[in-house]
Amino acid sequence: MKLKKEPYNQIIAGVGGQGNILASALAGIAATVAGYNVVVGETYGASQRGGSVMSHVRLSLDKTYGPLVPSGQADLIVAFEPLEALRVSSKYAGPSTVVIVNLTPVYPVSVLLQEASYPDTESILTALKTLAKEIYTVDATSLARKAGDPRAQNIVMINAMSLYPDQPVERDFYNKALEEFLQGAGSEQKEINRRAFEIELDLIKI
Amino acid sequence: MISLNEPGRKVIMSGNEAMARGALEAGVDFCTSYPGSPSVEIAESLFKLKTEKKVYGEWSTNEIVALEAAAAASFAGLRSICIMKQNGLAVASDFLLSLNHPGTRGGLVIIVGDDPGAHSSINEVDSRHFARQAELPLLEPSSVAEARDMVRWAFELSEELETCVIIRAVTRVCHARGNLVLESIPDKLVQDVRIEPWDRFLCIAPMHGMVHMRQEKARKAFEESLFNLYTGPEHAETVIVSSGPSALYAHEALYLLSLNENVGLLKLGTTWPLPRDLILEHLQHASKIILFEETDPFLEQNITSLLAQFGDKKYAFYGQASGYVSGDNGPGLGELNVDLVARSLAKAFDLPDPVKLPDTSQVNDLLKGSLPEREMALCAGCPHRSSFWAIKSALELDGRKGIVLGDIGCYTLGASKAGFWLLRSLMCMGSGVGLANGFGQLHRFGMKQPVLAVMGDSTFFHACLPALVNGVYNRANFLAIVLDNSITAMTGFQPHPGVGVSATGEMASSIKIEDITTAMGIRTEVSDPHLLNDTIKIISDLLQEAGPGVLILRKECALTAVKKERKLYIVNEKLCAGSSCGCNNFCSTVFACPAISIGADSKAVISDVICTGCGACALLCPKGAILEANKGGAVS
Repeated sequence: MKLKKEPYNQIIAGVGGQGNILASALAGIAATVAGYNVVVGETYGASQRGGSVMSHVRLSLDKTYGPLVPSGQADLIVAFEPLEALRVSSKYAGPSTVVIVNLTPVYPVSVLLQEASYPDTESILTALKTLAKEIYTVDATSLARKAGDPRAQNIVMINAMSLYPDQPVERDFYNKALEEFLQGAGSEQKEINRRAFEIELDLIKI
Repeated sequence: MISLNEPGRKVIMSGNEAMARGALEAGVDFCTSYPGSPSVEIAESLFKLKTEKKVYGEWSTNEIVALEAAAAASFAGLRSICIMKQNGLAVASDFLLSLNHPGTRGGLVIIVGDDPGAHSSINEVDSRHFARQAELPLLEPSSVAEARDMVRWAFELSEELETCVIIRAVTRVCHARGNLVLESIPDKLVQDVRIEPWDRFLCIAPMHGMVHMRQEKARKAFEESLFNLYTGPEHAETVIVSSGPSALYAHEALYLLSLNENVGLLKLGTTWPLPRDLILEHLQHASKIILFEETDPFLEQNITSLLAQFGDKKYAFYGQASGYVSGDNGPGLGELNVDLVARSLAKAFDLPDPVKLPDTSQVNDLLKGSLPEREMALCAGCPHRSSFWAIKSALELDGRKGIVLGDIGCYTLGASKAGFWLLRSLMCMGSGVGLANGFGQLHRFGMKQPVLAVMGDSTFFHACLPALVNGVYNRANFLAIVLDNSITAMTGFQPHPGVGVSATGEMASSIKIEDITTAMGIRTEVSDPHLLNDTIKIISDLLQEAGPGVLILRKECALTAVKKERKLYIVNEKLCAGSSCGCNNFCSTVFACPAISIGADSKAVISDVICTGCGACALLCPKGAILEANKGGAVS
């Protein structure tokens, strides 16, 4: 067990309904099984669908921290959606932050109502580059569709997170956490989620 | 997970699960609750146990009934727990303020989930005031592990003091996940469950002295409690007093600013009655006292009066009341975090701003302005969207500027853009139909607007029945619309008395809302809200009648329905006319279903991730361009 920084702060961000909470629970179990002291803070509002959702996953060698990461102190941001990557990075990114982002947008209601416009992905990625040290993109939604269900994008993102070499939890622990999670699941659900975790993907650095 | 009998194993749990675990480790027998965030999963975890030893569990119709039922189990000697959210304690408070008089027998623990910042609430009530008002012992956990430990101890404490113990857990404890080491789960503790011939549970004024005595006994127990912890130098000039997660923020901020050698931190886990001697021991020598707590200045005001009475010098207080400690929107508003705590400390020690926000100037240049916010939205397929659309349309046809009153549930979003700004009032559970009783009499004073009140099915049982009876008795003119999605959806799909299933998954009798309202003598109609034209017609018809009327708009919650069968709808691109249609992109831009967006060619696109297959958009599309995927919708 080794940490680049004490505590090591991960943030998983997305939109309600994308399976963020399950992903952060997985990350929490994986880090616990790996031996760290973990605290996870969830921020989600009254809306189960469509609101910004953010989980802070803080790893320590031996201390108990509060569940919220201070501004500018995220080490790894895993975003299920481009606009949320930017929103979270605008507050929590610092000079050493790494961002992994899924490229499929989810439009806010104000955009559907044509009262606001959704920035184009290029601008979002360019803006992200001004905030963080490294940006990696993953086409998680398409990969999840390939694995059998586009809603398994959260597991594809966990897959991506576990492949990032500088994060402190070995991939095998994520696998163990996923298996613990899938214990009560149906066989089709098990298969889709395992495929989503195993599906080959490249973290594309931009 | 919460029932694993593997003492010594280190696990990760949510705060809610950890509190359920604490109750199990204390040998809890009886659990009652009304679902409310952030504390809903505590009871839910206890109800879903797959172990041999069962905890009796019920979703009670409301919090006062829940507390009364839990108290009865305690009177008979059982360990009993009652769980609610902040607003629920207000509902239960009438009983709470009398229960403190007879006291209890078997350990009775009340867990109240407070929601500073109102993440999933209409307000940010600080429940600690209830403990002071009822003179009952109050514990405040700061972390997941401590939450478990406190619940376990609270049962012992309750039995020692012969009164109930309140645990106030905030969202950042309930919804956090953290590590704890499992302790063993005991076998059954209580042998004799009975009421003795001499037992009387009476709230009578002469018992008031007993209430004071138990409170004083609690204070003495709290003086020794390990949940209160002082760290830092002895006789520090500056001492922080803090409770809940704020104590962890304060600890982190002290290290961040390298102030940990100079400043003391008194973390309090027992916050009513205050451990007077312990506080005096650590604060007497200080001159500056900084308080970090959420949300009201509860500790600040109570410690101020303590030191005014017992302290021997002048102290400077820096907290929410003095305006020095502040949430993002001002003192006494919202949550605290490490940033806010560190900023306050830096100010006190004249240090530079310690918060390192990223430089977003280039982001603003690139995106030309702020990022679009994600406002709260009704889910794709939500029957409430159709209900609101039907009510809005019927009121426009009616032309008398009818008003719609609401209350708490997913349909609270009727007060926002997602619900077409329909609701004109939003207060406590049942308040919509309560207000309708007043508005419904104002025709006597010349008010001509029709009065409508919406309520959820679970809310109907929780708080609407007395108001409906009142409406019939006093002949108020209103139309009560029950938005019946056949579940308590907002808090995560708990059953209620209309569903036919108990909290623990057994068959239960299902009480039909229309049977009740018909028995009251109210004209009652039922409609499927997704059948928009039929529903608009029924509402229009009911608006013509005097006296109370009831319309039940019944359609299963889209999120529970989709788990049983998932239909998909797609857009036939040949039929969708896009911007040349004249519908103004109705399905997306006007109806505002989050599953539908407008593609580059101005035609509608339905997301296969978000669509739940309700089919409402297919009925609304003037060109008939939206079709079920496997019924002719799949065109090349």
